[in-house]
Amino acid sequence: MKIHLPNSAFLGNIDPFLRSFDTSDAEKLIITANKDWISVHPMVLTMLASLGRKVKRENIHCEKFEAKSKHYFERMGLFRFLGIESGISIKEHEAAGRFIPLTKIQNSNELHSFITDMIPILHLEPKQVEPIRYIISELVRNVFEHSESKNGAIVCAQLYKKHNVIRIGVADTGVGIKTTINKSYRADTDMEAIKLALTPGVTGTTRLPGGTPENAGMGLFFIKSMAKINKDFFVIYSGNAMYKLLRIPKDKNHIRLNSNPFEDRHSKDEDYPYWEGTIVGIDISLDRNKRIDELLEMIRKVYQKETSERKKKIFKKPRFI
Amino acid sequence: MTIEINIFNKAGNFAENKDVAKEIRITEIMPALNKGEDVVINFDKVDSATQSFMHALLSDVIRTQGIDVLDKIRFKSCNEIIQKIIRIVIDYMQQED
Repeated sequence: MKIHLPNSAFLGNIDPFLRSFDTSDAEKLIITANKDWISVHPMVLTMLASLGRKVKRENIHCEKFEAKSKHYFERMGLFRFLGIESGISIKEHEAAGRFIPLTKIQNSNELHSFITDMIPILHLEPKQVEPIRYIISELVRNVFEHSESKNGAIVCAQLYKKHNVIRIGVADTGVGIKTTINKSYRADTDMEAIKLALTPGVTGTTRLPGGTPENAGMGLFFIKSMAKINKDFFVIYSGNAMYKLLRIPKDKNHIRLNSNPFEDRHSKDEDYPYWEGTIVGIDISLDRNKRIDELLEMIRKVYQKETSERKKKIFKKPRFI
Repeated sequence: MTIEINIFNKAGNFAENKDVAKEIRITEIMPALNKGEDVVINFDKVDSATQSFMHALLSDVIRTQGIDVLDKIRFKSCNEIIQKIIRIVIDYMQQED
């Protein structure tokens, strides 16, 4: 496999980076990088770190980074993940307020600790923290429950103070969405599987409406909705397919949530190099960050509208005391 | 008789651990309901929860006992976020055929 870190690869322009990923010779990993400056989304880092976990250390060849921004990759823990000595020396200063380095999460307890420890690192207001911990919890639990990944989930995040946005990446090297979805639904392609996975009420664990006792098939729909309402990017890449929720113009006030992801403003393609597993990247703008209860109300309404036409009956209400 | 279950003590202020939710459902909620007892689920000090947590806590209770089980369950000290997540789960569990 060959992977080249370009000058820039964020969710808006990640497509050429993903297309350049050479999947031939899966036993080897060759990493090269732009010589001047490298600036990439955490999704890219999680992808690289995940590959590093699949290939034997002696088969990883990483070009010496020359870019001025090379220290960033040391700080984010990339070379540690790859098991290679970068030769880059940094003053390890506290991560507070800036980033969550690459972390492997393999079980429920590790996830709980990660989420708890992450909050003070980010130094954010509670309202800003809410969607971040929600997204990480749901994405990582998806990995535990559906991916069959031996390496768990690889997570990292970066707060960009200048743009007031937090960028999050979560990757796994499991079976991929198509295999999971096909346990209950028929998806002939990776893109069909992604579409189903983003549709509320669809889970790979059952076709039963309402899901199983532990799975409702709502997690990815919630996360995509968070990105949409905040007018941010959301990318999901699995197998040969990549779906990208595009940003809604900042001046657009009325936002409608769609249960069909293809009705959202998006780009998609299914001729990407094959990723064995799933990678998700998401941006959350902190200044546009809607209160999570507002978001939940919107989701509830779209879900109700979607289904109330199917079933005309009076619903029982929970009793709050 | 009524039993009260404190979510904060088991799941913390961000209730996201589905394994904990499942455990509460299987070891506390269902046995109490099966004995004919009422259940109060107390969310005091819980700031937020995921939909997945709430689903793991409630969906099977509703599926196995029927929607009228809500006459036996009350949700205590829920902030707006928690109330909305509970409503979402209860709504979609009533959309089953």
